[in-house]
Parts: sequence; structure tokens; C-alpha cells
Amino acid sequence: MDSVKPEEVLIDVVRRLIAGARHVAVGANSPIPAAAAFLAESLAPDGPDVSLQQSPEHNLWTDGGRELFDSAGQGRIDVFFFSGAQIDGRGNINLNVIGDYAHPKTRFPGAYGSAYLYFMVPRIILFRTEHSRRTLVEMVDFISAPGTSPPNVFRRGGPIALVTPLCHFSFDKARARFRLQSVHPGHSVEEVLDNTGFAFDRFEDVPPTPAPPPDVLNLLRGPVAAKMAAIYPKFAGEVFNIH
Amino acid sequence: MSKIRPLDAALAAISDGQMLAVPADYAGVAMEATRALIRRGIRQLHLVTLPAASLQADLLIGAGCVATVETSAIGFGELGSAPRFTGAVIDGTIALKDATCPAIHQALRAAEMGNPFGVLRGIIGSDLLKQRPDWKVIDNPFATDDPIVLLPAIRPDVALFHAPLADRLGNVWVGRQRDLFTLAHAAIRSIATVERVQDGNLLDDEAMAGATIPAFYLEAVALAPRGAWPLRLSGHYPDDVPHLVGYLELAATEAGFRRYLDDHVFYRGAA
Repeated sequence: MDSVKPEEVLIDVVRRLIAGARHVAVGANSPIPAAAAFLAESLAPDGPDVSLQQSPEHNLWTDGGRELFDSAGQGRIDVFFFSGAQIDGRGNINLNVIGDYAHPKTRFPGAYGSAYLYFMVPRIILFRTEHSRRTLVEMVDFISAPGTSPPNVFRRGGPIALVTPLCHFSFDKARARFRLQSVHPGHSVEEVLDNTGFAFDRFEDVPPTPAPPPDVLNLLRGPVAAKMAAIYPKFAGEVFNIH
Repeated sequence: MSKIRPLDAALAAISDGQMLAVPADYAGVAMEATRALIRRGIRQLHLVTLPAASLQADLLIGAGCVATVETSAIGFGELGSAPRFTGAVIDGTIALKDATCPAIHQALRAAEMGNPFGVLRGIIGSDLLKQRPDWKVIDNPFATDDPIVLLPAIRPDVALFHAPLADRLGNVWVGRQRDLFTLAHAAIRSIATVERVQDGNLLDDEAMAGATIPAFYLEAVALAPRGAWPLRLSGHYPDDVPHLVGYLELAATEAGFRRYLDDHVFYRGAA
């Protein structure tokens, strides 16, 4: 078998995190979560429903944009994905500004649905393609959506993991802290420590992220890659060599 | 009487200072109409996006048509950030009402029923709440110790959107783009541009009627083939990605943005 690509390792991490979900929703511009969701969908006969927010061919909604939020409000969506210009050690995400809000240094598009879905979807998987002290910070400049809430605030879900090109962190809600779960092949704990701006927990021996099993890899490089090519042609070309 | 009008006449109901509500890219953005509004020199709009926007908002902001924008995000997805929006926020030249997607849905939904406010879970603990003094946290009166957010209804003066099909009466078929119903119901009046106008009454066909906005919501309808270009119309044509990439390159500078306006909005470019 060809050597496993870094993206394939990430897709497999996300696939394991969404195991058992009934309905996985994927926001715009999320090729790795989309591939993982399609993989989970095709791996099991009772795999999850998958809805891609911006692709009418790949979502099950007929009541407009509100339907994602309505169904999340009822607990019908099990998994969603978010990123952040900044993500901090308490699981807060920042999609709005760097610097002072009134006079920002940098402005990003905006919070999207995060200030709601981060509360309402049981399993939020955080995803950041740049693992650096610039992006993974001690404290975000602006909390678009908080990682945890006081006990009296209605909250069904929140972050369960943060996946980066270097590693997989799990999130401990009670401690409001990340724990280093595994380090991807070719990377080290030292590299993670050097490039992470927040403190995190870890066991003495951090295992390597397991390689995707052969049957998973076959499915990923076959039918899932073909499906991805129609939605994310650039990504499918780079990772699966499909054009 | 027919509600079909030439584009500029259809847009006559939109005037300076009004609250203008528009849909997200997936639902049908009236780009041809937007270019016509910029040519007309519209000013001081309070733009509301349901819930996010890209080129339409960036053009209106860059062209100086917008005083206030309420949005949950303005950006071009994987193509990049919206240069004129970003610049205007950093320079403080527009007022920004930063929201989150379901808050805009809920505030418009409240207006659909004529209610003064909507209710939404989440948000508590987000810094958005600090920037939105008009959003109030109350104790759920039907439970104990259950804080929840109230959002004032958004009642736009005008909703403007693009759809595949209308009849001459002004009934507009929108398919599964139900956000356009939300906009039409919530706004005082609506204006649609459409790809095609057909004879007959869309409401007579049971298969079409459920996805048709009745004419009584519509002030006017204008024919505008490929009227969402360079954005997509779902099920009809895709985003013109090379054009959008070209826009982002030009709009990175004020001079480049002016050149884009000359070439693609005012049609007075040298090219």
C-alpha cells in the first residue's frame, strides 16, 4: 500500500471521533470533516446521515438555513465542526477579531453559527490546519463561542476534540482543558509543546496516532475520494490524485 | 395586474437609509439588482444578511452604500476574506452589528409573526453579547435559574433576492430556498429578480405552489437572466470562481476596487 498521506491520518482521526453518530452536519469549506463523514456513512450499514451545509446535493434539509439550527436545537444533530482564527486552552474559539474589538488589528468574516451550535451539538470537533502559537493561544482576543458554561446555562454539547496537522487533543469539559491524546506519525511531543500557546495535560507516554486500517483506506481512496472530487475538486486532486 | 417591471423601476421602492435584507449566496443573491443600486448611488443602507454574505455586501460596502451592517459573517469561504468589509470594520467607517446565524433567523422569524422579539439558546458567555446591548438575557419565566437570550425582531423595509421563476402576477417560485420565504414574510415589502417569467398562475399548480412566494408579498419582480452572476443560483449555475478570484485580487486595494466598479458595475472601464 502507498504511504499514508497526512490528510488521510486526519480524516481517520475524525472518522473515529464521529463513530455512532446519527446525523453529522458539516459546514462550508471543510474537506477533511466532509471526507470523514462520508467515510463513516459508507463504512457501516447504519452509518450516520451526512449533511453538507452548502451543497444541495448533499444535505437533507428542505426548510432553509434555519433547519440546521432548528434540528440542532432539538438535539437531532450529533456532530458539527468548527475552526477558529484563535482557539485557546479553555476551548474558547475566536472567529471575529484580533486585537481590541472597537479597533481591531485584523477582522475575520464573523461568528457564523458558532455562538449557538457550540452549545447545542453534543460533539463539536475543532479543526485547525495551522498548529502554531499564533493560532493555539492561552486566551483568545474575542470569545465568539465559549468552550464551557456555568452549570445553569443550558448546554447540550461543546468541544470534544481538537485535531491539527500535528496531533489530536481531547477536551476535558470538567477541567476546561485539553489533553494530548496522540501525536501523528512523523511528529513529536516536543514539536507539539513548541508550537502550542496553551498549557495542556498529557500522560507520560503519548501514543502515536494509529494509521488508518487497510479497509478504511481502500474505502477512502475509492468511493469516498470519488464523492469528494465533485465537491472539493482541489482537495481531491491534491490528496487522492483524482482530477 | 402584472408586477413585472424593468429592473430600475422594480428597484424604485428601495431608497436611501432603508433597512435592506438579503439572502446568503446559496439562496439566490440579486447581483444584477445590486449593481443597479450602486449605479444609482444608493446611500446609508442598513444591510441585514440572512445570515452571511460575500460579494454583494463587499461591493455595497466598498461603494459607500452602507451605513450599518448586521451579519453573522461576510467572507468568500475558501477563496479568502472580504477585503472592503474587512477594511471598513478596521477603519471604523461602517457600524457593525455582529451576530450569529440563528440569531438573524430568529429575529426575522419574530417579525414574520409580528412578534416584538425572538428567543434563542446559546450565546451566553460569547463576547458577541457584550457588543449587542440590544440582545437581552432574561430568566426563563417557566423554569428556575434558566437564563436565555431575547433578540429584538428585525423588520426590514425591503427584502431583495433572486429566484429561478415568476409568473406575470408576481408569484415567485423559489424551490427549496426557504430563506427567501423568511425574508419575504419578515420584510415590509420584497423585490425579486428572476431568471424567467412564465404565463399562468404558479399557485394553480399544487406541485409548485408550496415552493412559491405569493405575489402579495412582492412589490415588483424584474426579469434578470443570470441575475445572481458571478454568484451561483443553486441548481442553475455555479459560482464564477475565476471572476471572484479576480475580484479579490483587485479589491485588495481601493484603486483596484474602483477599477472593478468601473469595469463591472459602471461599465466605463477601458477594457
